[in-house]
Amino acid sequence: MNNILEIRGLTKNFGSKNVLNDINLSIERGRITGLLGPNGAGKTTLLKLICGLIKESSGEILIDGLHPSEKTKAIVSFLPDKDYFSGSERVIDTVDFFADFYKDFNKGKAISLLQSLNIDINAKFKTLSKGMRERVQLILTMSREAALYLLDEPIGGVDPAARDYILHTIMTNYNPNAAVIISTHLINEVENILDDVIFLKHGSVLLHKSVDGIRENEGKSVDAYFREVYGNMYF
Amino acid sequence: MAWVLDQNTPIYIQIMEEVIKRIITGIYPPGSQIPSVRLLALEAGVNPNTMQKALTELERSGILNAHRTSGRFVTTDAELIKEQRINLAKSQTLNYLNNMKGLGLTKDEIIKLLNEENI
Repeated sequence: MNNILEIRGLTKNFGSKNVLNDINLSIERGRITGLLGPNGAGKTTLLKLICGLIKESSGEILIDGLHPSEKTKAIVSFLPDKDYFSGSERVIDTVDFFADFYKDFNKGKAISLLQSLNIDINAKFKTLSKGMRERVQLILTMSREAALYLLDEPIGGVDPAARDYILHTIMTNYNPNAAVIISTHLINEVENILDDVIFLKHGSVLLHKSVDGIRENEGKSVDAYFREVYGNMYF
Repeated sequence: MAWVLDQNTPIYIQIMEEVIKRIITGIYPPGSQIPSVRLLALEAGVNPNTMQKALTELERSGILNAHRTSGRFVTTDAELIKEQRINLAKSQTLNYLNNMKGLGLTKDEIIKLLNEENI
């Protein structure tokens, strides 16, 4: 089976609020997928479920055939949308922590990527700018030889040069046998690097198609198609 | 070398056109090896799978040849390259004519305009 991720009938409620409703998805190895949808569509909740950080209300998630557990955490590399660094810690402490914690972590790669950004590995996090902390976090995520990368809003709120750096880092460092899922609402910026897109709306999967398939069938960019599909939500 | 990709047409088709352009203009000469999928994908800022698909299509048309271990090479068949040049010229001429028709020009007016230019 080539699918690294299988999701069947996945539903998630927070109390009486339904956030994800009967999600069914298959993700193949080697594909880069954009998880698209407006704020509140359920993107982050879906990623956290795959990651095993929260538990589904019903349905099933299989990562390489396994339910989310300690075993799947060893092959899933997650970039949360918030930074998790403590200001008084040094960059190298976190690198060492990753090296201890994850068997698939490539410390040499992380350090050389940090050096290419001229980041002093002995600096404390509180001395780094927000943009730099985000890049450190991405480097740590991509320095794992994972089977599935989950990137939650990796290009949210960064300038164009930082965005190019981030996309370049993703493209040059993901393992070609792994799958990458990137959640974002900035479609235009990532469209060219995606194989497939998933549109989420009100907690349901609206579509799951290839980027070139959408361009071929609709004669327009995914960004333009997205605006068409979601357009009436805002007016 | 910059790759200019538009928003509305499939990415792999635009990549195919760009590679053909590079072959016609001699950036990738007949018989030469083209860069690897990975390198080209990075240069164009696209997904390696998309680049792979475009190059596979070009192999099918015969303009590129794959050698199992050593990569992809431009065909040495001059006729095939010439044919691609004509195809590309035809499609760009068609675009031009559609634009001119959109401006409301007649065939005679278009020919007159072309004659006024130093070609």
